[in-house]
Amino acid sequence: MKAKHLLIALAVLFALVVIVLPVAVIFQRAFAEGFAVWLAAVSEPETRSAIVLTVVTALIVVPVNIVFGLCAAWAIARFKFPGRRALLVVIELPFAISPIVAGLCFLLVYGAYGPVGGALQPYGIQLMFNLAGIVLVSLFVTCPFVVREVLPVLSVSGEDEERAALTLGASGWQMFRLVTVPNITWALVYGAILATARAIGEFGAVSVVSGAIRGQTMTLPLQIELLYNDYNTTGAFAAATVLALLALVTLVLRGLIALTHPVRGAAQ
Amino acid sequence: MPLLQTPLDALRRRRARRSPFPGLGLTLGVSVTFVTLIVLLPLAGLGWQLSQLGISDYLFVMSDERTLAALRVTIGAAALATVFNGVFGLLLAWVLVRYRFVGRSALDALVDLPFALPTSVAGIALVALYSKDGWIGSLLAPLDIQIAYSWWGIVVAMVFTSVPFAVRAIQPLIEELDPLEEAAARTLGASDWQTFRSIVLPKLSPGILTGTGLSFVRSLGEFGAVIFIAGNIPYETEIASLLIMIRLDEFDYPAAAAIAGTMLALSLVLLVLINIAQTRLYRRLEGGQ
Repeated sequence: MKAKHLLIALAVLFALVVIVLPVAVIFQRAFAEGFAVWLAAVSEPETRSAIVLTVVTALIVVPVNIVFGLCAAWAIARFKFPGRRALLVVIELPFAISPIVAGLCFLLVYGAYGPVGGALQPYGIQLMFNLAGIVLVSLFVTCPFVVREVLPVLSVSGEDEERAALTLGASGWQMFRLVTVPNITWALVYGAILATARAIGEFGAVSVVSGAIRGQTMTLPLQIELLYNDYNTTGAFAAATVLALLALVTLVLRGLIALTHPVRGAAQ
Repeated sequence: MPLLQTPLDALRRRRARRSPFPGLGLTLGVSVTFVTLIVLLPLAGLGWQLSQLGISDYLFVMSDERTLAALRVTIGAAALATVFNGVFGLLLAWVLVRYRFVGRSALDALVDLPFALPTSVAGIALVALYSKDGWIGSLLAPLDIQIAYSWWGIVVAMVFTSVPFAVRAIQPLIEELDPLEEAAARTLGASDWQTFRSIVLPKLSPGILTGTGLSFVRSLGEFGAVIFIAGNIPYETEIASLLIMIRLDEFDYPAAAAIAGTMLALSLVLLVLINIAQTRLYRRLEGGQ
């Protein structure tokens, strides 16, 4: 089978050049001057504070996204109401909107000249160019992740068991905790992992609303750009290895969950 | 029965009849509040800014030479990246589904890497790779081919960030193909190419359409990966997203909103068209059976 081997070779070559080399070059550049230089670069104060800000952002965004995702999935899977399809479309919209356009939209509403931002300004509340702004756009870009993983699983499973629990006298909350959550755990974890990766890595939308104050409102992806434009290439690539490692961990976790809990394959 | 029945009453009665589950008020309330604050309000903000603009101002921004050049650069590069991803996405999907070889599952997992890797990380990695002293750039330099800081760099960045769309949209359709049909075609004397063209390709067309469509839409909006490698020279290698960013930095919100609104409308129209075309393709395929 000549064609088979030719096609496999082509596909592997393509994947190596297009996908693997860019990741390999990050590590090569970051460690070119040795591990000590890498360590010094990632523990540099500005980079460290960027890492902290990124983690804080994810710690706020992901739990909120989980609560929203569970609520939306429950309402859509268990009830029929007018506007149900419209709600689904709106939840998926952020996937169709490019990062810069998304950031601009937030600036226009929540910025100092926008209707909401302007109304809050007299009270000393500022929503853009700080942590609040970064959190808001991160909520936007991660909006669909948990819902689209949990909803397919929730729609096909658990309805009878939940009804039984209710009939036996469980309260709504007991039913949710003891019957619903165990059914959707892995879909939920899967969606949360995707949302975390996105919240940590978002660049375009965050760069519009961050205000780019050094050491204060720079998330790690923004810090990489800053270091790079400062001609601190080693610093930039060192910071990039942190995010690249997180990306690889995400892939491995996804793979493991897909392997051990194939039921969530229904989501695709 | 009340004389005047509001939609809410109808909803209440239907709910009481159909769903025994608790929590509609709470969960729907949270969901609607969330999407209103996080999705709808910001989009309304863009719409509001555009409505303040008026047609003539809008046309003034959009007919600006620099805007037109940015749109040309973006759409052209996205189109080429999409064609490339269509071909190689099909190849990768085919190899992943049809052949068993060492490292197949690793290759399958790698396809998602561009989605997982933050775009600014991808951006500096691609520059390092394709600049004159990079692993690939140094090979191309003697041939007088420059990728980094040129229009081709934009294409390379778009290929990287959107290739998973193509693979993942085509893969499930290849899994559903019936190899017997291909065998039948070959028994009847068709060559490999003929079999592929007239048996396989038509059935994969909905996936190829979705994959390339999503890949194109993603490429139109890509920012992080592109700006590092593009060179960002106005009229030549400046993408639309960057021009929006530049107008924002100049506090020219109307111009930024005009370009952003155009890009957004383009993406949404494309997605709707893909949806319609896909439904038709499926219907035709099912009708043919």
